[in-house]
Parts: sequence; C-alpha cells; structure tokens
Amino acid sequence: MALLEVENLTMHYTTKKGDVQAVDGVSFSLERGEALGLVGESGCGKTSIAICLLKLLPENAKILDGHIYFNDQDLVPLGEKEIRKIRWKGISMIFQAAMNSLNPVYKVGDQIIEAIRNHERISEEAARERVAELFQLVGLNPERMDHYPHEYSGGMKQRAIIAMALACNPEIIIADEPTTALDVIVQDRILAEMNKIREKLNMGMMYISHDIAVIAEVSKRIGVMYAGKMAEFADTVTIFKHPAHPYTYALMNSFPSLRGEKRELQTVVGEPPDLLNPPTGCRFHPRCPYATPPCEKEEPRWEEIEPGHFIACWNPLRH
Amino acid sequence: MVVDIQTDTLVKVERLKKLFPVSRGMFRAVKNYLHAVDDVSFEIKKGEILGLAGESGCGKTTTGKLLVRLEEPTEGHIFLNGVDIATLEGRDLKKFRRNVQMIFQDPYESLNPRMTIYDTVAEPLAVQRIGNIVERQERVAEMLSVVGLTPPESFLFRFPHELSGGQRQRVAIARAIALNPAFIVADEPTSMLDVSIRTGVMKLMMELREKFEISYLYITHDLSVARYMCDRIAIMYLGKIVEMGETEEVIQNPLHPYARALLSAVPIPDPNYKREAIEIKGGVGKPIDPNPQCRFLDRCPVAVPHCEEAPHPPLEDKGGGHYAACYEVK
Amino acid sequence: MEAAQVRYQPLWRVRLGLMRKSLATNWELFRDSKIGPIGLAIILFFGIFGALHPLLMSTVWDAAIYDPVTGYDFPTDAQLKQGLTHPLPPSTKHLLGTDPWGRDILSQLMYSTRAEFFLGVFAAFVTVFIGTLIGAISAYYGGFTDTFFMRLADVVMLFPLLAFLIVLSAMINLNLYTLAIVIGVIGGFGGITVVLKSQALTIKVKPYIEAAKVSGGSHLHIITTHIIPNVLPLSFLYMMFNVTGAIFTEAVLSFFGLMNIQMSWGLMVEMANISGYLVGDAVTKYWWLFWPASLSISLLCTAFYLVGRGIDEIVNPRLRKR
Repeated sequence: MALLEVENLTMHYTTKKGDVQAVDGVSFSLERGEALGLVGESGCGKTSIAICLLKLLPENAKILDGHIYFNDQDLVPLGEKEIRKIRWKGISMIFQAAMNSLNPVYKVGDQIIEAIRNHERISEEAARERVAELFQLVGLNPERMDHYPHEYSGGMKQRAIIAMALACNPEIIIADEPTTALDVIVQDRILAEMNKIREKLNMGMMYISHDIAVIAEVSKRIGVMYAGKMAEFADTVTIFKHPAHPYTYALMNSFPSLRGEKRELQTVVGEPPDLLNPPTGCRFHPRCPYATPPCEKEEPRWEEIEPGHFIACWNPLRH
Repeated sequence: MVVDIQTDTLVKVERLKKLFPVSRGMFRAVKNYLHAVDDVSFEIKKGEILGLAGESGCGKTTTGKLLVRLEEPTEGHIFLNGVDIATLEGRDLKKFRRNVQMIFQDPYESLNPRMTIYDTVAEPLAVQRIGNIVERQERVAEMLSVVGLTPPESFLFRFPHELSGGQRQRVAIARAIALNPAFIVADEPTSMLDVSIRTGVMKLMMELREKFEISYLYITHDLSVARYMCDRIAIMYLGKIVEMGETEEVIQNPLHPYARALLSAVPIPDPNYKREAIEIKGGVGKPIDPNPQCRFLDRCPVAVPHCEEAPHPPLEDKGGGHYAACYEVK
Repeated sequence: MEAAQVRYQPLWRVRLGLMRKSLATNWELFRDSKIGPIGLAIILFFGIFGALHPLLMSTVWDAAIYDPVTGYDFPTDAQLKQGLTHPLPPSTKHLLGTDPWGRDILSQLMYSTRAEFFLGVFAAFVTVFIGTLIGAISAYYGGFTDTFFMRLADVVMLFPLLAFLIVLSAMINLNLYTLAIVIGVIGGFGGITVVLKSQALTIKVKPYIEAAKVSGGSHLHIITTHIIPNVLPLSFLYMMFNVTGAIFTEAVLSFFGLMNIQMSWGLMVEMANISGYLVGDAVTKYWWLFWPASLSISLLCTAFYLVGRGIDEIVNPRLRKR
C-alpha cells in the first residue's frame, strides 16, 4: 500500500444557506519519496483536501465519507488526541501565506524550537541543534536563528517555514501554494530546495497550487480538481501531453508559456459553479464543449482508463 | 492576430524620476530617498502594448501611477500626444484625465462595494460632466456589452459582491474605457484571476486595443502573460529599465544578465522542457540612496572591473531596437 | 448597439428598489443577531409609551389631575382615613402612584419619554455628523488637518464633560436643546472622530479611490461618494451607542437639578431625592417614586445599546456566523 491513500473522501461545510460540497468523492495516493501535485482554480477544494488530511477541520466542516490511510492507518475515525501524534510528525503542512504568520516579536529560531518542543520531549539544546541542522538543510545560515522575522526577506521566511514543517521529521509535507507570494527567482530557488530535500529525506510531498507551470515542474503525478471533484489523475507527462478530461485539456491550453510556439490561448466559457448548488451530473458539463445529454444527468464514474490514469468523464478525449 | 502598429508615438517618457523620502532611525532629521523610478525613458506608439515587467519593488507600479498622475514625478517629462503632462494642474489636468485610465490588480478592491455597476462605470462620465443621465445610462450599457457583460440590463444595477472576480475585472475595464481613452495603464489586471477566466480578460483587452486603438502600459510580474499580451517589453530592476525590445526577441534572446536570470527562473508548463539554470547571487534590495554604479553590480555574474568604476550603464540599442543597460553586452 | 434600445426605468425607482432590497437583507442580518430585535422592541415600546401620553391627556386623563407638571389629585377619603397622603402608592386611579406633590407618576414617565428620545437621538446625530465629516476629512487630507483634529480629539477625550456641563449650567440656561447640542458637539470632536478616521483611512487606500482620481474626481467628489458612504454604517453604529451616553448625561444633570426642564426621568429621581425619599427605609417603602424612572433610563439605554450590537453584526461581517 502507498504511504498515503485517500479513498472517496467527501467533506462538506455547513453554512446557513446549505451545505457546500467542497470535497466530493476524491481518491488518490502518494508514495514515499514522491512529489504529487494538486492543481485547480480557487474554490475547487484543493486546500480543503489538505485540511482533511491533517484533520484541521473548522467547526462547520465534516468528513462525511471516505478513508485516509496513512501507513495503513485510517485517519478519518481518529480523535483529536490520536491525530495529534500524526500531525507534524507524520504529516506536516506549509500553509498558504504561512511566511506572514511568523510572530514578529520572537526570534525565528525560537519559534521553531518552541514548535518542536510542543511535539516532542526534547531538551532546549537538542532542539536548538536540530533547528541549526534544519536551517542548513533549507539553505539558511544557522546564525540567522537569532534574527527576528522582519530581518528576513520573503524567500528566507519561506525557507524558515519549510524548516519548521520539517522539524519533526515528517513522512509527508503538504505545501499549499508554497511560492505564490514570491518573485520568480526566489520561487525557483525554493522549489529547487524543496525538491532536493524531498530526494534527500525520501519523503512524500504534496504540492497544492493554481499555477500549472509550477506543478508541472515539481510533481511526478498530478491530480486536477474541478468544483470539489477530482477530474483527472495521472502522471505529469500524460496530464500535459495526453489529457483525457476536457477540463484538463482546457486548463493546459489556457496557460501561457514562455517557451515553445506561441499558440492561441483557450478560454473556458462561464464561471466555476457554486458548490452550494453544483450542477447535476458532471459538474463541468455547463462549461464543457463536449457535453452530451448523459453528462447532465449522471455523474461520471472515477475510472482507470489506462494503468495509473484515472478520469471522471463520459466523453474522454482521445489523442 | 497581426496588429498594424502605427508609427506615431502616443506616450513619450523622458528621464522620469520618482524619489520617495524615507526616514531612518529614531530621529527623522536624516532623510534618505528611495529611488523608486530612476531616470526611466521609453515610448509607446499608438495602439501598442508595452509590457513593464520585473520583480516586486522594481518600480513598475510607481511608473504606471506616474503616467496617470496618481503620483507626482520628481523629475522628468511625460508627453502625451506631444503635450508634457508631468506638470499639468487644475482644469488642464482634469481634461488630460479623459485620455488616460488605469485598471487595477485586485478586482475585489477596485470597485466601491456600495456602488452599483452602473454608478461605477458612469463615475468617469459623471465627474467629467459628459452627457445627461439618459446618455450616460446608454453609454454604460454599451460599455458593459463591449466588455462582454451581456445582457447589460442584468448587470447595471447589481453590486460588486454579486459578481465573480472575472466579471468584476470586466466592470473595471468598462469603467476604464467609458471615457474613450487613448491610453490605459493596466497594473497586473489578470494576476488575481483564475486561469480559465484570465484568458478571456486578456483577449478582451487585445480586442479593445484593436477596436478603439487604445495603447496600454501592461504592468506584470508574469513574463508568460507578457509574452501573449505585449508588442514590446521592458524589464525593470530597482527603478531602472535594464532591457527593452520586441517581446519575442527579449524573451527568447535576453541580453542583460538580470533579464537572463529572471527569464530562466520562470517555470514552464511542459514537463519535458528542461530549463537552463542561471543562478544569480543574493536577493533584491531596496534602492535607497543607491550607489552611482550599475544597480545590478553586487549580484552580477558577468561584472568586470570597469563596472565598479563607471556609472550605471545607459540603456543602449544593441541592435534592431533591442535595448539593454549593460557594459558587457555588445 | 442593441443595448441602447433597452427601455430603462427611471433611475430613482431603480435606486428605491435597491434600497428596499438592501434594507431587507440587512434586516435579516439584524434579526439573526437576536439581541438587536430585543432592543428594537424595547425602543418601540417606549415610542408607543411616549406617543400615548398626549392621546390619554386629550381623552381619558383630566389635565387638572394628570398633568405631569401642574396636576394635583386630592387623596380619597378612604386614604385620608388610613392616614395616607402624597406620595400615594399605586392604585387603580394612579397606576404608579403619585409623587410628593400629588402628581401622577405614570403620566410623568410617559410625558418624559419624548424628551429622552429627542435628546438622545439628536445629540447622537450631531456627534456622528461632526465625527463622520471630520474623520473623513482628516483621513483624506492627512498632514496638518489630520494632526489638528486628532490633537483636538485628544484634548476633548481628556475633557471632563460632566464637570464642564455643571459649570456651563451655572452660566447658561441649559434646556433640552442646548444640552443636546453641547453634548453632540463635544462628542463629535472627541473619540468618535478617531474611530471613524481609522475606518476612513482603510477606505482611502482602496484602488477605487485611485480609480476616481484617475477619472478626474475632485476631493469633494471622493469624500462624498466614496469615503463617507463607506464610513456611514460605522457612524450609524456609533450613533446608537452615543444615544445611551446622552441619555445618561441628561439623567445625571437632572438628578443634580442643573437642568432647566420641567420634567424628565432624571428629574423624577431627583424629586424623590430632594423630598427625602431616597434614604433609609423610604427606599423600599416609596419604591414607585424612583424605580419606574430609573428603570426606564436603564432600559432605554440598554435598548439602544442592543440595537447597536445588532447593527454591529451588519457592519462587521467578521462577526457573522457562517
């Protein structure tokens, strides 16, 4: 079994206006040492999945169905006390815009030391040594430990956040838009650094991003999310070169590239649906150029059309 | 889509400078200056889209704001149709404002939440006292259908919070074109939009350029978007333009070492493409009272002793309208 | 263009419809706040309570007996036999009893309601009007204007309002109108400007302000169409809280007998006090002399506060439950 195996995960938010079907029947797996990408537009449920994996659910969120197997243990039924043993040590997360959440009045090193000591019984000196090692691992000068966040640049803060995520030797890191606020040159360095760390520590990494180019560069396999559902899941080359889901195809062709011939960019008509009231059948059908009558009525099944290539579509594209 | 770019210049910027005073330390007596835009010159032709790219803090947004007179230039000239607008005041300034508009980055913040779409789009007409109420209403409806918000009646009296991000940005564009301007500064107009929405807004702006002969200064940090939008592109670094030329030429064949590093760092949405890595040291600082030498000197991989002595290199034509500000580029 | 052929409703009608719609949604939020409607119900009760007074006076209540200021009722023979005299305890004729001068307490209570409303709302309105204007102006212009008004606010905030009013009452004839204006003006230059200015500051930096500038909008245009409308909800909220302050101030001044008015809730308590009913056993024995009045003061103040909290839910979306 894979390191992380998500099966039919379904999570809804309860609101005054009704249930928001944020994650609906999502399945995927992550192997040890693998980099996985989750890509989709805002509100497609990709961050909600991350929240489920760590069970950091807000009060109004509820996992209704499905399993999350981490090292063969299902996380879904676990209580807060048990999940605490897995958070950080098993699965840790780099939150979106986390670099802005560093406390400005404490030294960066001390914040990480405190985080470690919150999770492990370890002396202050040992924790300090660990942080120094982590700093070196993420490409920061260990002397920087005794500096305050305002003395850090954006890239350095993000490195510190990565160090913090690595602090308890997790087996999986979930990185939610890890470089969105950064400039390209810094982004490039951070992504390269994360890749190196992943290879060195043989850990699973799950990247969540709206930026297809970033996902293409860092991940080996990609899941494409649309409106709370996984539309397609395959290895990176298949997703980019032979996408079978019309949404994946449209997404790939609406993204401008710096290289290659300058082809016409595609537009997807319409807007992503409201998850309070998602369309019947396939959620993409109102915007899909290939939609047929069955698409409106029946939800497409999640099927493996070729080994390792999953798709939920009635009319997959053939290339 | 081939656009016949007319040869006449619409906007001409000459040695534009903007310094912001910054106070350092406990006592405010010592004044330092942040050179946000430092000696920048360029031209935009009628119907042309000039891209202004660079990392955050390079001065691209300040340049845009100077061009629409949201900021007062410290020095230099901005000619619009041959008239220097850098020092306009009062009635002349208000009249000038009919010709230029700006589109902002965040469609959630650029529309007043308490104003209907009609009021928002009609605002420029109202402040410029153009037309009566009926004419304005017709103009607003026309603008809404031009930007693809159809049927316009169904949008006129809605509030921004009832619209999606893409629709809001279209409203912002409708507001910008309501006065029929010759020139629009677009500050990252698509960076907050989702991919599937973004292309539509990009295409709309290209259409408007053709339909109304609008010139754009297109400010962006995303060079891939710039490649699709811009005829020419200028790359800024710490308040200076370091490279400028035809978009495809700059992107495929960058001359300045910074431009090369920047372009090499852009991820490519193609898993089979392997980028060549050009590493530069350090990070972007702040141009506070900068040294007279080349701004890129401390990070430059190709610097020679001459660079340490000479002033910041001038932006020179290195052949075929491809400008670069570097002594080492021949 | 096709769109030009659309027939439009007159603009004012569209706007009226929009206003009604926004009122409806705001009402829903207000209703969901739970405490807001309670406050509103109490205010409504007092509103009706006050409005009933002239009605009762012209119909069932005889002015000679029931006039809140000049009325007098002779104790009945039965009461005299029991040795009872004014103040008389509640009876069917005088539901809340009479005061030491033989006047009907209920009538006084009802009569005063109008004045309390007027004073509270008018003073709060003046405060918020000045506060909004100054807040918007100092946020927008900054610099010297800002410094001047903010330092002034500091001074006003440190200013002992009550002491000042006590001195003022000796110098001028302090009636309801002058008091409302004085409280309103002093409040307007005080703390509220700081709050509303900080709100205006968050609006000043929004891109839509820049968009208005790029279009050629004047300072006046930007302040009136963009800044003030976005500060106004918060102003309205503070207006509710200020009503409370004004009513309290009046009660205190009346209690000290410093107001030149014929009747008010504060005055009713004061009259109980000066005629010696606010000491020792008398407090429990002659409860009707001051309980109705002081309860009314507290209740009305609470009501405006509750309404304010209800409006808070509309104004600050982060308080809303999902």
